[in-house]
Amino acid sequence: MRLLRRRASVLPGFGLALGFTVSYLGLLVLIPLATIFVKSAALGWGDLWKTVTTPRVLASYRLSLSASLLAAVVSVVFGSIVAWVLARYTFPGKRVVDALIDLPFALPTAVAGIALTTLYAPTGWIGRVLAPLGIKVAFAPLGVVVALTFIGLPFVVRTVQPVLEDLEPEVEEAAASLGASRWDVLRRILFPAIRPALTTGFTLAFARAVGEYGSVVFISGNLPMRTEIAPLLIMTKLEQFDYAGAAAIAAVLLLISFVLLLAINLQASARRRAAPATHPA
Amino acid sequence: MSRATTEPPFVRWLLIATALGFLGLFLVLPLAVVLSGALSKGLAAYAAALHDPDTLAAIRLTLLTAAIAVPLNVLFGVAAAWSIAKFSFPGKQTLIALIDVPFTVSPVIAGMVFVLLFGAQGWFGPWLTEHGIRIIFAVPGIVLATVFVTVPFVARELIPLMQEQGTEEEAAAVVLGASGWQTFWRITLPNIKWGLLYGVIVCNARAMGEFGAVAVVSGHIRGVTNTLPLHVEILYNEYHLAAAFAVASLLSLLGIATLIGKKAVEWREERRRESTAQVEAAA
Repeated sequence: MRLLRRRASVLPGFGLALGFTVSYLGLLVLIPLATIFVKSAALGWGDLWKTVTTPRVLASYRLSLSASLLAAVVSVVFGSIVAWVLARYTFPGKRVVDALIDLPFALPTAVAGIALTTLYAPTGWIGRVLAPLGIKVAFAPLGVVVALTFIGLPFVVRTVQPVLEDLEPEVEEAAASLGASRWDVLRRILFPAIRPALTTGFTLAFARAVGEYGSVVFISGNLPMRTEIAPLLIMTKLEQFDYAGAAAIAAVLLLISFVLLLAINLQASARRRAAPATHPA
Repeated sequence: MSRATTEPPFVRWLLIATALGFLGLFLVLPLAVVLSGALSKGLAAYAAALHDPDTLAAIRLTLLTAAIAVPLNVLFGVAAAWSIAKFSFPGKQTLIALIDVPFTVSPVIAGMVFVLLFGAQGWFGPWLTEHGIRIIFAVPGIVLATVFVTVPFVARELIPLMQEQGTEEEAAAVVLGASGWQTFWRITLPNIKWGLLYGVIVCNARAMGEFGAVAVVSGHIRGVTNTLPLHVEILYNEYHLAAAFAVASLLSLLGIATLIGKKAVEWREERRRESTAQVEAAA
């Protein structure tokens, strides 16, 4: 194929490797995903619109998006403090703490779900403390935020931490020797340097949170209109064999995911253009 | 150190305390609650929960699923990294972005696509029923959903690694008369083995721990289509809390082993970089 013309290379296996890659991805991921759009398109625009704008569906989108947003913000705030502490300070047990950051990636979401629910239930270790204060976490929207913060934290830490570690101390020293206060350095040098990483971490955490299921379904209580997230509503529709309805809700969720994926990639390529010498982590 | 290149001690301690407090609340306490829940009825009940036939069946299914999904995605990861890192072709950036698609798709949607394709009312449903093949509410569906969600793991580790390594060593081998496979086994594989191991560790963790995607296609048939995470859910929803946490503790152990394995590979890589930097500095 002329379209796939490549730079002359002595290495063999290009056709085989690329052919396998594209067919595998196509057959297992892309074509199956296309069924969501085909199935929801079969509803026709009128019914599709009606399905995704019923009050219950809208409430689930609102909860999924707002809880994900809040959780991503909390993850950015605490994630950057954690990244800073890990990159700049030494303290006993630092290596264990550093390894533990990835726990939300490694711990199955169902385990996280039942553990967080047990902690924050009114009888749980944390819920018992919060209940007299009138703060309800488990089986309330706040519980969704807690679960999504758990899921989102490592995305922020792992994008910000390497950037902080790679910063040249000379720049800060130069600023200091020219009379800048620590606050000036933070505001004028450190923050601009980590801002792209913060944005990427935020987007990654948010994107993951919007689709998250396992850690949320236990703690949320799943009340329609109140604590029902969009992925759970898809699950409910599937269990009722309303495939077209499930596909319609999923199509909107997929569009949100693709926009976020595009945003992440655009940020990455903008950074590559800005700093062509740095290697991807 | 001047005052403007570091923080006053109390600020430092405050930040460390905030970070550790937050991590304790969000990461350590959940692990502790799993352990305490698992042992709440004593060691005998813990052992009994793990020896339950349904639990054993769930362990077997989880191992089987990972044993299929991980090698498939290793094959995919190596092929994708070989074509992307060793050659240039139009559309490469798009392909790299598409490999990440399963990460951004909700696990529920990942499972659902296979219901739409192979379910009783799916596109291939009637044909499959006619031929007596079950994919949904059966093991093949669980494997398919698991493969879908774990596609990017190995590829994402290998692509940047192989891009960094370039093509010089392989080109030299080929010019000297090595065949494609010889070049791959003797040059490329030894160069990427640690990255590959890292990819396998994280891919395996997700394959064994996946919940949402598998929940959609499983049908929750005990002893037949129940993986470990689904078994946790069933036990928990039936208020067999000690048993649920006992099974959850197994999965937590898997998670902790994953973290240790990951860190071991990372630290090894760090040491290697430091020693090559020293050699270069000395030369």
